Amino acid sequence: MLRYLFHRILQLVPVILGVTLIVFTLTYIAPGDPARLLLPQDASDEEVAQLKHAMGLDRSFFIQYYHFLFGYDGPGDSFDYKGLFALDLGRSYVSNRPVFGTILERFPNTVLLSTVALLLSILVSIPFGIISATKQYSKTDMVVTVLALVGISMPAFWLGMLLIWIFSVQLKLFPSLAVPSNPLSIVLPAITLAAMSTAVQTRMTRSSMLEVMRQDYIRTARAKGLDEKVVIRKHALRNALIPVVTVVGIQVGQLLVGAVLTETVFSYPGIGTIMVDAINRKDTPQILASVVFMALIFAVVNLIIDILYAFIDPRIKAQYLQAGKRKKRGLFHVISRKTTP
Amino acid sequence: MSSPVKLHHRTPWQEFWYRFRKNKLAVAGMGVILLYVSIALCADIFYSWDFIVGNQIPNAFAPVGVRARVDVGGKQVEHLYILGADNFGRDVLGRMIHGARVSMIIGFVTIAFAVLVGGTLGAIAGFYGGVLETVIMRGADILLAIPNMLFALAIVAAMGPSFQNLLLAIGITSIPIYVRLVRASVLTVKDQEFVEAARALGARDGRIILRHVLPNCMAPVIVQATLGIAQSILSATFLSFLGLGIQPPAPEWGNMLSEARPYIISAPHTLIFPGLAIMTVILAYNLIGDGLRDALDPKLRR
Amino acid sequence: MGKPQLSIQDLRVEYHTDEEVVHAVNGISLDLEEGESLGLVGETGAGKTTTALSILGLLPKPNGKITGGSIFFEGKELSKMGEEEMRKIRGNRISMIFQDPMTSLNPIFTVGEQIAEALEVHFSLSKEQAEGRAAELLELVGIKRNRMKEYPHQFSGGMKQRVVIAMALACNPKLLLADEPTTALDVTIQAQVLRMIRDLKRRMQTTLILISHDLGVVAQICSTVAIMYAGKIMEYGKLEDVFRNPLHPYTEGLFASIPRLDRSQRRLSSIPGLIPDPSNLPSGCVFHPRCPYRMDSCSQVVPRATEWKGRKVQCLKYQELS
Repeated sequence: MLRYLFHRILQLVPVILGVTLIVFTLTYIAPGDPARLLLPQDASDEEVAQLKHAMGLDRSFFIQYYHFLFGYDGPGDSFDYKGLFALDLGRSYVSNRPVFGTILERFPNTVLLSTVALLLSILVSIPFGIISATKQYSKTDMVVTVLALVGISMPAFWLGMLLIWIFSVQLKLFPSLAVPSNPLSIVLPAITLAAMSTAVQTRMTRSSMLEVMRQDYIRTARAKGLDEKVVIRKHALRNALIPVVTVVGIQVGQLLVGAVLTETVFSYPGIGTIMVDAINRKDTPQILASVVFMALIFAVVNLIIDILYAFIDPRIKAQYLQAGKRKKRGLFHVISRKTTP
Repeated sequence: MSSPVKLHHRTPWQEFWYRFRKNKLAVAGMGVILLYVSIALCADIFYSWDFIVGNQIPNAFAPVGVRARVDVGGKQVEHLYILGADNFGRDVLGRMIHGARVSMIIGFVTIAFAVLVGGTLGAIAGFYGGVLETVIMRGADILLAIPNMLFALAIVAAMGPSFQNLLLAIGITSIPIYVRLVRASVLTVKDQEFVEAARALGARDGRIILRHVLPNCMAPVIVQATLGIAQSILSATFLSFLGLGIQPPAPEWGNMLSEARPYIISAPHTLIFPGLAIMTVILAYNLIGDGLRDALDPKLRR
Repeated sequence: MGKPQLSIQDLRVEYHTDEEVVHAVNGISLDLEEGESLGLVGETGAGKTTTALSILGLLPKPNGKITGGSIFFEGKELSKMGEEEMRKIRGNRISMIFQDPMTSLNPIFTVGEQIAEALEVHFSLSKEQAEGRAAELLELVGIKRNRMKEYPHQFSGGMKQRVVIAMALACNPKLLLADEPTTALDVTIQAQVLRMIRDLKRRMQTTLILISHDLGVVAQICSTVAIMYAGKIMEYGKLEDVFRNPLHPYTEGLFASIPRLDRSQRRLSSIPGLIPDPSNLPSGCVFHPRCPYRMDSCSQVVPRATEWKGRKVQCLKYQELS
């Protein structure tokens, strides 16, 4: 078992390297000169070159990448940082606070929002998916199917604003500004965030149930004289939920990223608002740190979910142990399940 | 005399089309998209570019269905604001129609790009295997490990907001899934006998890939591409909403929503209609994608 | 002899889909005494499985309907029974085993649990009691009882089918419906399973309806046979009689198509034509388009079941002669 864990964690390494390299490359090739931007407009070329050197921005690509990961110790102290692996990528151009400090401060808020949305989505999607499947073609089924279709099609940021308009402005039921300290204010953002996941999970539950109900062993169960409710609950449901668990696992990562994207609508103090503010103010270190952080969290969370699966379903672990022997397929299996609709 | 069991004489394509047609929702979706595309193509006929981009401040926030005087090239003309006016007095419907053109282009171009590049890479990886396959697939895995929207956002944030960068960013983030899809399809097909037969006849690799292998990979790619267009448009609107895509005064549904944001209370119509446009387009593509998937599913479900 | 245990009278079953109405069963009548074993023979699509499903009320829900006739079991009319009562009978007094053992068992429960389930439901046994009985049943079908806690995927096809049989016989049913129980198995395993069914049947005095398209399988176990075609019974009587001297042209054709080892044959003989489309059945006698003896009246008159030498035959040839 430990060997399996070690193997999976090892697979994370190329991903981390790849992600960091990509993000770093983006900043490297980005147009604009941070040194020039920091200096007053009339600064001479020489002054700009001097500042660039002090910031370490005139080194080669790979050296700068190395600094990015492991730290930079330049002339003077003002531009030093300990690198990504020490969670230090310097200070924000705008606030001059350490970028990771701000991120780590706000991250729990994002996690809170995502967690609430996740719970909400599970509580709603599974019962409705089951009802929709067992009463196929009924009015309830039609309504659920339509709502789920709308849910996967609705842009989250628009939904958020609509909810604010209806429930904050017109009905005055919820505040439009969300803060973690006020539980009521989290309701609308959580619903906005959960909408897409709920829709996806409902559809998955429904189709999985329908698929299972057509199986021969369900017919056998009925032929044994079991009550229909027992057939559904005991025989169908447990089989049907297996792929649903997979989809829910995928949603965990998606919700974290989704939170980041929808926080701005509610001005919720999470990583999303930091990122968007930083973009608007061209605060490159902050943008960089936020993006890298979220990308890495996403990869780590998915890894954890995958490992948890192995505990739930021993068959999956056996599959990976076999696949691991043909190394090139390892990661493939990890992420292949992320993209099933 | 009775007839023996009915034999439906249908080619696979006809069979597919028959099954697709039976799905009324999918057909409706198709109709919607055709409608949007045709309107988008004729955008300039309905509303001129200069008109929808220029300010008409006196008419700011005109509600739905109001007639007002507008300044067109120095002359004062009567104009019907079918869906009202935004904070600059610009016609909402006109901007939406031009926005449709933008969105349609973004959807098609990014996905066409992703399918071509991703598909080629996937075909090469699947067909030739070896180191080439490992490198390509590892690259795809790493790209897939970065959440789409975040990645596109990072690219546009780094390169600067513009239409081209938007296309590039969304296009690039869409590539890896087609690499994977095509490679998987190629793997299942390449060991089948008709490929060996073609080779025995002396066909060159390129020809084999193009004429024999790829047609069998089409189905999942088409389904994914349809859903991908929806995702592309969604990403584009979101990025524009954040100010990272199409810049005002050029109209795009996303940036229209962002401009409407401070005025939700006084002018809800500026918020509702562009959002509805986004939703209906995405819904339509999702319905088509679902319909395609069901129609192409080899397991006939009667 | 007394009243028959199972009596099917002029049963008609239809399937309604969006596009058409399928006439699966078109007026069949059967009577079974207790302990009798009937072979229900016919090609795919003849309506055999539908008949069995109708007995247990297991027709697929929106589409399948009994549109005529009745089914009596031990004097009670099954076709009119409510769901609650039917459930008490299913798995308990009447059991059914299905064709494909690979998919008939639930993959996430152990075989012991699945066998015990019927006992828990019908006899309100405690878990321990039911498990004990399940272990006995496993031994009865030739599986070691220490395999009780294993999962279906750990068994081969033949063993899975034995588990299915154990499950069906758990509550000691009076009537067992076996729908092509050996078709999906290897020939050698087939023989084993058939033998086991025969022994168990004899030991437990169960009435049996064995559905098969294979005359050889039926010959090993059954005492009576009914030949089905296009939802009707063409010939029905004692097995030896029918096999030794087939009366109905269709039965003749079936036997003629079996390759023979004792004579040299150049060509396999088969019945010309195809089975009819059940949504568009021929007029008159359903078999007339393919019948080598057909007369003009065959396409116009629907033959009734005629008694002939202790059998029932549906053919105008015999109808006119009687």
